[in-house]
Amino acid sequence: MSVEVASQKTVPDAAPQGLDVRAVRLDFPALHQEIHGHPLVYLDNAASAQKPQAVIDALVKGYSKSYSNVHRGVHTLSQRATDDYEQARSTARAFLGAEKDEEIVFVRGTSEAINLVAWSFARPRLGPGDQVLISHMEHHSNIVPWQMVCEDSGAELVVAPIDDRGQLDLEAFKTLLSAKTKMVSLVHISNALGTINPVKEVVAAAHEKGIPVMLDGAQAAPHGAVDVQALGCDFYAISSHKLFGPTGIGALYGRYEHLESMRPYQGGGEMIRYVSFDKTEYNVPPHRFEAGTPNIVGAIGMAAAMDYVTGLGFAEIVTHEAALLDYAHQRLSAIPQVRLIGTAEHKASVVSFTIDGAHPHDIGTILDHQGIAVRAGHHCAQPIMDRFGLPATARASFAFYNTLDEVDRLADGVGKVIDMFC
Amino acid sequence: MSDLTSLYQEIILEHYRKPRNFGALDDPSFEAAGHNPLCGDRVKVSLKVDDQGKVSEVGFEGAGCAISTASASLMTESIKGKSLQEARELFSRFRDMVTGKNEVGDHDLGKLEALAGVRDLPIRVKCATLAWHTLQAAIQGEAEPVSTE
Ligand SMILES: Cc1ncc(COP(=O)(O)O)c(C=O)c1O
Repeated sequence: MSVEVASQKTVPDAAPQGLDVRAVRLDFPALHQEIHGHPLVYLDNAASAQKPQAVIDALVKGYSKSYSNVHRGVHTLSQRATDDYEQARSTARAFLGAEKDEEIVFVRGTSEAINLVAWSFARPRLGPGDQVLISHMEHHSNIVPWQMVCEDSGAELVVAPIDDRGQLDLEAFKTLLSAKTKMVSLVHISNALGTINPVKEVVAAAHEKGIPVMLDGAQAAPHGAVDVQALGCDFYAISSHKLFGPTGIGALYGRYEHLESMRPYQGGGEMIRYVSFDKTEYNVPPHRFEAGTPNIVGAIGMAAAMDYVTGLGFAEIVTHEAALLDYAHQRLSAIPQVRLIGTAEHKASVVSFTIDGAHPHDIGTILDHQGIAVRAGHHCAQPIMDRFGLPATARASFAFYNTLDEVDRLADGVGKVIDMFC
Repeated sequence: MSDLTSLYQEIILEHYRKPRNFGALDDPSFEAAGHNPLCGDRVKVSLKVDDQGKVSEVGFEGAGCAISTASASLMTESIKGKSLQEARELFSRFRDMVTGKNEVGDHDLGKLEALAGVRDLPIRVKCATLAWHTLQAAIQGEAEPVSTE
């Protein structure tokens, strides 16, 4: 695969909305390269997003100017690293709309956050006959940890249905909430379908019955402002790498009284207050859940990404992405062989599709040869694929740095697939 | 897109549209199922062996991409009349070709050489070898579906 830095950048169209996409694109070095002789069109943002220079700079600075371990040295560098790391926690708190910094636990990502809540919060509250409620549109990360705690406790995993457009059946969901339900965990925005779930209503309905709710915000955080207090949820998980930040870091929001009531997830340094061979006293949250040396510079990089995105403004991002989604739907649905998978009324800029007569894998390869990066596969959400009777789909997922021109490139690329196969 | 047309040669597209020996055999001597977790593709291979120990009939079933379907179809054509040992050897030469172990043209693989372009796309090697792995599992009598992972 040829990857070269193009000497001449193609200048994208300026968005008609508030966001100056042309300028924004200049912040992302990875966008300006050629793939197979074509300017890259990066439409795999739901898998992982590219990084702005501000994030790259924060990582370089973190390692070159203020690096040391946190919370343990008396020396200046350790103090600096600790300050930056805790400042990153504050940034994440503000980004998610949490009340206190102590409600933010740094984790490796959404998967780890869900595992942490499953084992440290839910597991001790689960027994035979109890239920955990999820939906049919979950990522494997929001299925498997719950299966594991259910198997361990004798509880049952219950799955709320979705309709043919890929929307949660809210009425069915509500009727599944019962005295047996001990935990609800739901994806905020579906990675495979783009569906935006009515999470506020879900939280309210669950809370009416005293059931705690975890939200998987991996795909929601890059597409709109999150306010955990307004949502009222008990836990919220995000991954930095989908939010234009580094890999290996993410944040778990947990209501403080929950975190305080929870047993540790892993043992080690940092998470203790006092250790003897007879008894160990655990540290207070969030440190109780951050055993060992954390991803210090990762947290700093994630905070830089949050600052960057917040600086662009979610109002502008949402408007621009809505225009991209509309146009992509319009162009793709004009092609008779294309079937859109996931047509929810409330939808983020994720377009899953199939082409009659062409397998998603071949679609992915042929688009790649035209410089267009999309995902082809089951998107770590096999139950949804089964729901739609498909082994896989092709998925174009847009970020704020994508342009209407790139939608045209995608649609034209799909046209070439059809020329070849159909 | 020149490298693309070498990957998706006309013969591959043709076998994809009209796969040969498609369907399961009744009463096969050997059969097995294969799965590529990366794309969710599944394939079943069944074969009959005659008194001479040669493959007399072979069939495959399953939905897959152009590369995996064409590869399965070409495989069924190429192993008919061969002994199981010859079929295994063919797989080993085929695998060397798609993983780029030898120069193209060095394989003496006939029509199967249409799949040589896969060598430039490591991620698609599994598509090209799924049916072959499944064939091998069938011959070895594996009960569990084989996986390309
Ligand atoms: C909806 C959703 N949940 C969870 C995850 C898992 O995130 P991570 O791999 O960063 O832990 C993803 C990412 O693929 C996702 O899209």
